Amino acid sequence: MSEINERIRDGSVRVVTAEEMPELVDELGTQGAVREVDVVTTGTFGAMCSSGLFLNTGHSDPPIKISKAWLNNVEAYGGVAAVDLFLGATQPSEDRGDEYGGAHVMEDLVSGRDVELRAQGVVTDCYPRSELETTLRLDDFNQAIMVNPRNAYQRYAAAANSTERTLHTYMGTLLPRYGNVSYSGAGALSPIPNDPDFEYIGVGTRIFLCGGQGQIIGPGTQHLPQNGFATLMVKGDLKEMSSEFLRGATFQDYGPSLYVGLGVPIPVLNERIAEKTAVRDREIVTEIVDYGVPRRARPTVRRVNYEELYSGVVDIDGAEVKTSALSSRHVARKVASALGDSIRRGEFLLSEAVEPLSGVGRNNPVRQTKEFLLVGDVMSSEVVTVREEINIKEAARMIVGGTFDHLPVVSADEKLIGMVTAWDISKAVASDKTSHISEMMTRKVFIASPDEPLELAARKLHHHKISALPVVDKDHRVIGMLTSDHLSRLYGRRRRSK
Amino acid sequence: MKLMLHVAPGIVRKPIVSSVILETKALINIERAKVDAVSGEIVVDVDLDKCVEVKRAFEERGVRVVLLENPIIKDDDECVHCGACISICPTGTFRFEGSEVVADAGRCVQCASCITACPQRALRLVLK
Ligand code: SF4
Ligand code: SF4
Repeated sequence: MSEINERIRDGSVRVVTAEEMPELVDELGTQGAVREVDVVTTGTFGAMCSSGLFLNTGHSDPPIKISKAWLNNVEAYGGVAAVDLFLGATQPSEDRGDEYGGAHVMEDLVSGRDVELRAQGVVTDCYPRSELETTLRLDDFNQAIMVNPRNAYQRYAAAANSTERTLHTYMGTLLPRYGNVSYSGAGALSPIPNDPDFEYIGVGTRIFLCGGQGQIIGPGTQHLPQNGFATLMVKGDLKEMSSEFLRGATFQDYGPSLYVGLGVPIPVLNERIAEKTAVRDREIVTEIVDYGVPRRARPTVRRVNYEELYSGVVDIDGAEVKTSALSSRHVARKVASALGDSIRRGEFLLSEAVEPLSGVGRNNPVRQTKEFLLVGDVMSSEVVTVREEINIKEAARMIVGGTFDHLPVVSADEKLIGMVTAWDISKAVASDKTSHISEMMTRKVFIASPDEPLELAARKLHHHKISALPVVDKDHRVIGMLTSDHLSRLYGRRRRSK
Repeated sequence: MKLMLHVAPGIVRKPIVSSVILETKALINIERAKVDAVSGEIVVDVDLDKCVEVKRAFEERGVRVVLLENPIIKDDDECVHCGACISICPTGTFRFEGSEVVADAGRCVQCASCITACPQRALRLVLK
C-alpha cells in the first residue's frame, strides 16, 4: 500500500476504472493484473436520500442559541448546540413544497448562490437574542460538512408496478401493468461490489465525495452485508464539492432527494482483490419487486442482473418491458475517471482503514407499539365452521344459534372451501331448490390473514362490498372471522375516545 | 411537421379538422387533443408539403396555429443522463447514445408524462 502511494506521489501509478478491469484480468490473469494495475476506481451517481449537512453559522452579536432554523424556507434541525444546524436532503421547503428541498439548498450552496437563513432562538443569559435573519454563501459558514448516514448501497432492488394505476415513488414513476422497470445503482462500477468482503474498504478509507475528498466513517444505517445490502456512512467537506457531482432532485409526489457522486479507489494488493474488481454487470444480481403491493415486504417479480437492466428491456411474464435508471451511468463513469485523474495527478492518496467494516449488520422492521392493528388483534377467534355435507336446516340452526351471519365451509382437512351466509340460506329456502350447502355456498371467498394490517383488510371489505372476511392461517385453515361490525365498533370507540 | 391548434371558444363544436381534411385532402394525424366545452388544444402531424396549405385552412376557420418544431426542450445543464424519461415516453422520444441521453424532439406529442418523471426537472414543453 505504501508502495502504491509512493507511485502516486512520483506519478508512475497505473489506474484503471472498474469497467476496464474485467477485460484486463481476462487478458493478463489475476497475477498479471496485480503486476500491471495499482488502483481500480469505482463510481456511482444516484439518488441517496439518506444524506445531510452539518453547518456551523458562526455566532451573531448579540449571540443566539438557535432552536429552529430555515435555509431558503427549508427547515434545518437546530437542536445541536447554539449555532450548529443539520440540514436533511429530503426535507421539503415550506413555500415551494417538494420542488425545492434540503438537497436543493446544498446544490445552491455548492454553486455559490445566496441562501437566506432565518432562525429562532431560546433566550438565555448567555444567548440573549431571539431571532436572526441573514443572507449567507457557502464561504460564510465556518464549516459545511456533509455527513450521509446511508450511501452507496451494494445493490438495490429494481421497481415495477402490477396495479392499474401509475405510482409515483422514490423509485420514480412506475407505469401500470408492468409498464416499465426502474432501477438504481451503477452495476460493475459500484464501489462495494468491487470489494464485497471489505478487504480494503473500512472506517477511514479516503473516498471521492461529490467532487471533493471525503472519508468512510463507518457502516451505513441499515448495513446488511450478510444479505448483500452493505451501505456506507460517509463524510466530506461541502466547500470542496462541485455541482457536477451533487444535485438536488425531486421525485414526483414523493419529495426532494440528493444525487450524490461517490467513488472509492481500490488498490490491487493481491489476486483476490484483482478477481473481485473484475466483477461484471451480469454478475451483479438484484430483484425486481412489485411496488403495487403496499407492504414493507414487497413481492419479488423476478431476479435480474445489471447487464439485463442496462440493455433497456427485460422480460416479465413473457412481455418485453422497458427499463430505465434513476441513477446515472454517465456521471458514475465521470466519477470513476475524475477520481482516477486526481490519483494520477498525485492529489489523492490512498488511506489504510483504521478498522474494517463489520461483515454483519441489522435492518429489522420497526417495533410498532401503537395504533397499528393487525387483523389478528381484532378478529373473533371463536368461529364456527361447517362441512359441506350438512343440510340447510342444520346450517340455519347454526347461524341462528351463533354470532355471525356467515358460516365458513371447510373440507375434511379443515381447509376453507367456501362460505354460506344467512342470505344464501333464506334464498335457498325460498326457492325450495337446493338442500345442500355445497350447492349454494360461494366458492370464491375473499380472505384475510392474521398478520395483515387491519387497514388493508378494511379496504378489502369496503372495496368488495362484503361484510365479513374469514381469517385463515398459511395452511388455509380458518382461525377467525373479521366483520364490518368489528370495524365499526373499533372505530366508533376510537372516535369517542378522541 | 407538427402543428399546435388553439381552438377558440365558439368554434370548438364545429367539425373543423374534418372540414380542413376535406378541403386540403391532406392526411392529418391527430396526436393529442384536449378539448372541453369552451376551448381546445390539438396537436396534429401533417406532411411537410401540405403544411402551409393546412395551416392557412385552419387559420381561415379562426384557429390559431403554431408550428411545433421543437415540442420539448431538454436542458442539458440540468440533465444527468439517468434515462428515467426513456421508459416513460410513449413515443420513444429519448434514447441512449453511448451513456448520454438524447432527445428526438420531433417524436414528442406533448403528453407531459416525462415532465414530472424527470428527477432533475430538466424537461420543459414548449408553448405550455
Ligand atoms: S429524466 Fe431528466 S435527467 Fe434523466 S435523462 Fe431524462 S431529461 Fe435527463
Ligand atoms: S411529453 Fe410525452 S411524448 Fe413528449 S417527450 Fe415527454 S413523454 Fe414523450
